[in-house]
Amino acid sequence: MLTALDKKLLQEVADLHGEPPGAFNIRKDGKGIERRSLDGIEINPKKDQPGIDVIVAPGKEGTVHIPVILTETDLSDLVYNKIEIGEGANITLVAGCGIHNPGQGKAQHDGVHEIIVRKGARLVYTEKHFGEGEEGGKRVLNPKTVLLVEEGAYAELELVQIRGVDETFRVTEAEVMAGGRLVMYERLLTDKEQTAESDVLVKLMAEESTARIVSRSVAQGSSSQKFYPRLLAYGPGRGHVECDSIIMDQATVRSVPEIWAENSEAELVHEAAIGKIAGEQLIKLMSLGLTEEEAEEAIISGFLK
Amino acid sequence: MLSLENISLELEVEERKVPILNDINLIFEAGKMYALTGPNGSGKSSVARVAMGIYKQTAGQVFYNGEDISGLGITERARKGIGYAFQHPARFKGMPVKDMLELAFKHSDGYNCQVLRDIGLCPDDYLERTLDNSLSGGEIKRIEIATLLALNPKVRIYDEPEAGIDLWSFEQLIDVIGNSHREDTTTVVISHQEKILNMVDEIVLIENGTVSMRGSRDEIWPRIKESAECSCRRSCRLEEDIYADCPR
Repeated sequence: MLTALDKKLLQEVADLHGEPPGAFNIRKDGKGIERRSLDGIEINPKKDQPGIDVIVAPGKEGTVHIPVILTETDLSDLVYNKIEIGEGANITLVAGCGIHNPGQGKAQHDGVHEIIVRKGARLVYTEKHFGEGEEGGKRVLNPKTVLLVEEGAYAELELVQIRGVDETFRVTEAEVMAGGRLVMYERLLTDKEQTAESDVLVKLMAEESTARIVSRSVAQGSSSQKFYPRLLAYGPGRGHVECDSIIMDQATVRSVPEIWAENSEAELVHEAAIGKIAGEQLIKLMSLGLTEEEAEEAIISGFLK
Repeated sequence: MLSLENISLELEVEERKVPILNDINLIFEAGKMYALTGPNGSGKSSVARVAMGIYKQTAGQVFYNGEDISGLGITERARKGIGYAFQHPARFKGMPVKDMLELAFKHSDGYNCQVLRDIGLCPDDYLERTLDNSLSGGEIKRIEIATLLALNPKVRIYDEPEAGIDLWSFEQLIDVIGNSHREDTTTVVISHQEKILNMVDEIVLIENGTVSMRGSRDEIWPRIKESAECSCRRSCRLEEDIYADCPR
């Protein structure tokens, strides 16, 4: 039975109002509490370790929700999920983790996702992080995603963390096979003393493998962020890395994009920028009647859209 | 009615005070259209920026409908009904055109997709576009004007609205500025364009940071004709059609 708090967390991380449509698995405080498989979308708990296997049959279309919520303090939850999208399937998968830490201790969730997008399949994957709770209690999220995009398949990852999470170390590794396409959007806002580090390695394995990594972040307060997006082409693939950060207050941001080609036909581009909100942007919005604070908020929310 | 009284402005450039405006006196009445013209660097945009509250005058006062608004910031002046379409509009990564128009609409009393159509952009093509470098100079300029139309302020200041806009759109732009002008609005257009100078009630010539002349198109045009005209005009005579369409 979901409490009002559970429902609120589920809404924050998965836009869920009540029971999810389609197949789902809800994990709360280290245990799976509700689950529904559908014909062609099997969700099974792992036998030898915590976590689930999500197996989507070839050609299947649908939506899968696998949110995780933590509502206790002094809790460390480690989970291994395997997601396999069958050939030619078309799936939207909403993961994400919401933490409400009611005490002064640490609430931590470390999720390892292994995702395979089989030939010609399409996956749109959203992972949203949310944290709230008592002052002093720590909320920690360390997701690791290992992705294989097979020949002609398409994967789109949207990774979002806006405020509320004190520490994050995110690792994303992807291999994109011939004709496969990967698009990754990362959006992050840190505040206060929060720290966030994102380590991305995308390997373009063969001809016509393409990848686009777009990272947008806002660092406020005394928070710090580090980005290491790396794009490696073994074959004649094409890739683009874009890291763009707004820095405010006493925050620090390090951005180290790397492109690495091992084939003379590869085309790789990177861009990285760190800067404060431009005065002309604030003036424009204030000339529409917004206060300076409202203008700043509008610029940040647009930037992180 | 917006009036600037004895406005002087100095700006700090590389730790040095540079005089920009010197004792400007101007009255912009409701129901009238004005053009501010003059050479590049004469101070036209600075007058607009002082009126909008972007620059704080070094001396003098700004009045709006009899109220001294000299001490008010940009936000307060916008809320009182003063609007400004920038010469070089800011770009916003990630922000869709739709959101910008909605921000403008929040503080005005009417807006729909019509403002985009008015400036020659199809709403279906542009509402979801982001206001970043993917838009051309002409597109961003037109959206800037649409934003002012959506804001629907009582005082509308257009800063070189024609800059970057192609010839076909220029005609449309003039229509839009003219049609959106009403009995209760004041329209001020900063421009060198003869066609714009032709449409206004009064032209203000600004030179070296001062108002050097006010008057009708016939009085002012001969004085600025030379600097306003295109230096390549002769070469355009070879292609009469293009010459005929030249907005100057």
